[in-house]
Amino acid sequence: MITEFIQFSLTPILIGILAGISCAVPGNFLILKRQALIGDAISHVVLPGIVVAFIFTGVISTIPMLLGAAGAALVAVMLIEIIKRLGKIEPGAAMGVVFTGMFALGVLILEQTDTSKVHLDVEHALMGNLESLIWLKAQGWQSLFDLDVLKTLPDELFRIIFVCGFILFLTVIFWRWLKIVTFDEEYARTIGIHSSIINFSLVIITAIAAVAAFESVGSIIVIAMFICPPAAARLMTNKLGIQVIWSIVFAILAAIFGYIIAGYGPLWFGSENSVSAAGMIAVVSGIILLLTCMYGPCRESVGQKKD
Amino acid sequence: MSNTTNRPKITPSKSALKIDGLTVSYGDKTAIFSVDANFPIASMSAIIGPNGAGKSTLLKAVIGVQPKLSGQIHIFDNPIENNLKKIAYVPQRVSVDWDFPTNVIDVVQMGLYRQVGLLGRMKGKQASIAMECLDRVGMADLWQKQIGQLSGGQQQRVFLARALAQDAEIYLLDEPFSGVDAATERAIIDVLKSLKSKNKSIIAVHHDLATVRDYFDYVLMINIKNIAEGLINETFTNENLQSAYGGKLELTHAEELSATKDRVTE
Repeated sequence: MITEFIQFSLTPILIGILAGISCAVPGNFLILKRQALIGDAISHVVLPGIVVAFIFTGVISTIPMLLGAAGAALVAVMLIEIIKRLGKIEPGAAMGVVFTGMFALGVLILEQTDTSKVHLDVEHALMGNLESLIWLKAQGWQSLFDLDVLKTLPDELFRIIFVCGFILFLTVIFWRWLKIVTFDEEYARTIGIHSSIINFSLVIITAIAAVAAFESVGSIIVIAMFICPPAAARLMTNKLGIQVIWSIVFAILAAIFGYIIAGYGPLWFGSENSVSAAGMIAVVSGIILLLTCMYGPCRESVGQKKD
Repeated sequence: MSNTTNRPKITPSKSALKIDGLTVSYGDKTAIFSVDANFPIASMSAIIGPNGAGKSTLLKAVIGVQPKLSGQIHIFDNPIENNLKKIAYVPQRVSVDWDFPTNVIDVVQMGLYRQVGLLGRMKGKQASIAMECLDRVGMADLWQKQIGQLSGGQQQRVFLARALAQDAEIYLLDEPFSGVDAATERAIIDVLKSLKSKNKSIIAVHHDLATVRDYFDYVLMINIKNIAEGLINETFTNENLQSAYGGKLELTHAEELSATKDRVTE
C-alpha cells in the first residue's frame, strides 16, 4: 500500500503542489494589479511556442520550451498591435482573437506532429499528464534516502522544484519592490524603482510558471492555479504577506485533495475509472474559492466602496 | 499673447523647480505645450487651470512618470535626473486601489524604501520615523488600520505621511484637497505650512479657486500653454483667471476671487 502510494501517487502530488505554488505566488500580484487574465493569456499563447520548440528539438525540455514560449509571446504582442491598428478594434477584442487563435494553432500543429515517442499530444497539452509521472523504482519510504533510486524520479519533478524555488527566491528578494509597484506604480517610480522592469519580470515569471506547469497540469487548467488560490487567499487576510502564504496553502490543499479525489473519488461512487487529476485539482481550487467567498473572514472589506 | 507679460519679474536667486519648454502629449493630443515655470524655494506654489489643462500631467512629467516630448527640468539649478530623491510626490488619492491588502503604517513605510533599500530591515529608527510622520498628520492612533477602511480624508493624510517619511526638499502634491473633509484640509495645510517654515518647497495642483489666496503665495496658471506665473498678489488677477478659464468662469466670479479674500464657492 505504502509502496504503491510512493510509486504512483507521491510524485504526481508533489509536482501538482509545486506547479500550484509556482503559479499561485505570481498570481497574487496579477490579481492585485487587476490583471488576472494575463495568466490566462500567457498560458494560451505559450502552447504554439512549446509545440514549435518540441518540433525543432524533438524533446520536451524546459529551456527550448521557454524560448519557444517567449517567441510566441512576442508574436502575440505584435499581432495584437497589428490587429488593433489595421482593424481599428478595441484592445480587448484584439487580444481575445490573438490568444485563442494562437492556442488553436498550437492544437492544430500538435495534432499533425508525430509525438509517439514522448508524452505530448493534444489531450496532455490541454489537461496535463500528472498521472503518468510515476516513480516505479521506489520500494517504500526508504527509497527517499537511496540516491540511486532517487535518480529515477521523473525529470519533471526536478524541473518544477527548480522553477518553484526560483520563483519563491525572487519573490522574497524583490518583495518590497513587488509590493509597492503593485500598490502604487507611479509613486514607486518617484522613489527610484523601475516599475516597468518589475512589471516585465512579473510577466516573464508568469510565463515560466505557465511553461513549467504546462507539463503537469496542462495549459488550460493552469489558469485555475494562477487565479483561484490567490483570489481565495485575498478573502482570508488583509495583509499581503499572509495572503501569499495562504495562496500557497490553498495551492497545496488543491493539489493533494484534487489528486486523491480524482484517483479514488469515482471508486467511492462505484465507478471503475478515475478522472483527470489536473481537472480535479482545478475543481478543488474552485471549490476553495467558493468556500472563502462564503466564509472568508475578510470578504466584507474587498471590493466595496467607502466614503 | 498679452498675458506673457505676466511672466515672473521677481526671479529668485535660486529656484526650487525650474521647467523650460515642457511639452507632453498623449498620442495625437497635446496635453501641455512648451510650458515654462520657475517655482521659488521655501514657498507654497499652486498650479491652477481648468479641467484638462494639463496640471497633473505637468507634475507627472516632472517626476518622470509621464514621458516628455521636450523640455528641461532643473531642481535647485541641477538637472532633475540625479536629484529625484529630493522630491516627494503625493499622487491623487484615487490613483490607487485602496482594497490593496495592507495597513496604514505599511504604506507610510513605503516612503522609507529608498533609504532602507531592497532588503534592509525596518529597524527601530525607521519604525519610529514612520510613526512620527503619521503623528504629524494626526493619524498615529490609526496606524494598524486596514487602508480599505479609511475615509477619503484619512487616505489623503496617509499619502502625505508617506511623503513626509522621505524627508525631501520639494513636495509635489496632486490635488491634495480633492474630496477631503474640512478637518483634513486644515490638517494638511498645517503640515504644509510647517514644511514651508523649515525651508521646504511645496508645489500643489489645486482646483479650488476660492482658497488659492489663503493657502498659497505663488501661482502658475496653465491651460495647455502658460497663462501666467508669479506671486499671488500680482498674478491671481481677474484678467489672468479669465484667460486661463475662458468663458468657463463667470466674470463677476473672477472679479470676486481676485479682488477679495472672501470665501466664495465655485
